[in-house]
Amino acid sequence: MTDTTTQTTLSWFKRFLYSRYASFEFLTGAFLTATLVLLVIFSGLIFPDGGTKVNIMARLTEPFQSADFPLGTDPLGRDILARIIHGGRISLLVGLFSALGAVILGTVIGLFAGYYRGFIDAFVMRFADIQLALPFILLAITVIAIVGPGVDRIIILMIVSQWVQYARLVRGSVLSLREREFVQAARSYGLPNIKIIFSHILPNAMGPLIILLTLNVANNILLESSLTFLGLGADPQTPSWGGMLSEGRSYIQTAWWVTVFPGIAIMLTVLGLNLLGDWLRDELDPLGQTR
Amino acid sequence: MPIFRFVIQRLLQAILVTLAVTLFVAFAIRLTGDPAVMMAGDSSGVTEEDLARIREALGLNRPFFVQYFDFLKSLVTGDLGESFFRGSVRDLIAIAMPSTLLLAIASMAVSILISIPLGIHSALHKGGLSDQFIRVLSLVGLSFPNFWLGIMLVLLFSITFPIFPASGFDSWQSLILPATTIGIILTATNVRLVRTQMLETLSAQYVMVARAKGLSEWSVIYKHALRNAAISIVTFLGLQFGNLIGGLVIIELVFNWPGMGTLSVEAISQRDYPLLQATVSILAIMIVAVNLAVDLVYGLIDPRIRVA
Repeated sequence: MTDTTTQTTLSWFKRFLYSRYASFEFLTGAFLTATLVLLVIFSGLIFPDGGTKVNIMARLTEPFQSADFPLGTDPLGRDILARIIHGGRISLLVGLFSALGAVILGTVIGLFAGYYRGFIDAFVMRFADIQLALPFILLAITVIAIVGPGVDRIIILMIVSQWVQYARLVRGSVLSLREREFVQAARSYGLPNIKIIFSHILPNAMGPLIILLTLNVANNILLESSLTFLGLGADPQTPSWGGMLSEGRSYIQTAWWVTVFPGIAIMLTVLGLNLLGDWLRDELDPLGQTR
Repeated sequence: MPIFRFVIQRLLQAILVTLAVTLFVAFAIRLTGDPAVMMAGDSSGVTEEDLARIREALGLNRPFFVQYFDFLKSLVTGDLGESFFRGSVRDLIAIAMPSTLLLAIASMAVSILISIPLGIHSALHKGGLSDQFIRVLSLVGLSFPNFWLGIMLVLLFSITFPIFPASGFDSWQSLILPATTIGIILTATNVRLVRTQMLETLSAQYVMVARAKGLSEWSVIYKHALRNAAISIVTFLGLQFGNLIGGLVIIELVFNWPGMGTLSVEAISQRDYPLLQATVSILAIMIVAVNLAVDLVYGLIDPRIRVA
């Protein structure tokens, strides 16, 4: 009996070693991403005050000096570790929702553009050209000057400016898929176009989409931190990584930790997603469509 | 497609995109707020008549499309008019544009100097330890915000070790930190590009032929493989340069660099319509122009592109 158990555990381990999951990219990426997600979900339990408690007596405490503030405190005496973990909420929220919004909008438009061609196709391609010529940060600053800052506005802005890349990618896949035999067969059965598009073409165009989505979440977390750094995103009361960087910048001469640690948090988060995206690319897109 | 038709088609496309972009910019800027209120200041003695007089003087009470066509005309003639607060728009841009171009070119140079040798090395040692290391390093480089890297370089090289100036543009030394910041970020992308392109050409038949002829490894790599990979690499770098011109805003702000990004952001905060409209439009036109040039050159070199 004992023999069989060791054998099964061994073979389980062996199976893992030879599987696609035993790669540096997947393991590191999954570890970083899972850690972040767990920390963000339980941030309210770990730091109930939300990292907003002001403690002027302890302002600008150096890191690694006291157990109360392992990563030090900011100019208002707020705990940097607590603010980083709570700040992850905004980053994750913006990264996830902006990319999901863009992928849904872009995929639907790309599917129709590629399947029906014609006017909608021409429109998507010209719109993409215009989009490429507008510097995003300048556009964002202008639009925020009209509508005022806010996390919701940033998400909408990202969706509006990023759906095009999904539409182009999906359109490209559809153009080649619609000529394939299984689509022709579906058509000859008399299936309605909507059914062909969503249950025959879309599943076959998913691989590159998932890769782009992962990398897009990573990229939008970076973008969110840039926009918040410029004062266009979350209001300064809410902890956010970009906001912490912009507050810390004026103290860079005397208190490096206020700026260094939130940056490292951004880097580890984005690196985790980039590693996963890279691994997915190797697994799902050997032909390199998304490169 | 005959070459002539290809050129005309791309040219018309570029003009259309330019018109659409400038129209969008002109429209969006007018939604950002009333510059007359901004100019009148926040003193309580300002009456509605005063505001009307300011609008009249600035030509803001004319129909939108009249103002837009005036602006298009000014773009063509190069006489961009007066900024609300700071004199001639053309003079302001004449100072800011070279600074931005200088920073963009220096950043590209840093990136090319690092990424081409590293990319070739990676491709030649595919799957090896150094290739893996470069791959992970480039992923790390893609993972931090560029402005944070800038602040870190300032922390290291102007505060801890005061070697280079942290901001402004007084001498060539001011260029080093911002150009290195952007250069590192670009390198992260470019190393992978060079590697992929080199892998592709290294497995091509003409490289095999070159090897079979008994040419030296140096000649095979640099004269045969790299030259053919260069077509795609140069195209990509061209497009990257176009994006870079419009993408330097945050780095310019962080380093207090007197370029187009800083100028645009100042114009936005002052509601300086003529200045903002000119800076954003000119940046967009430059991006369109660079993309057009890249497309045309690529189409001329590689006829296959024209069909797509």
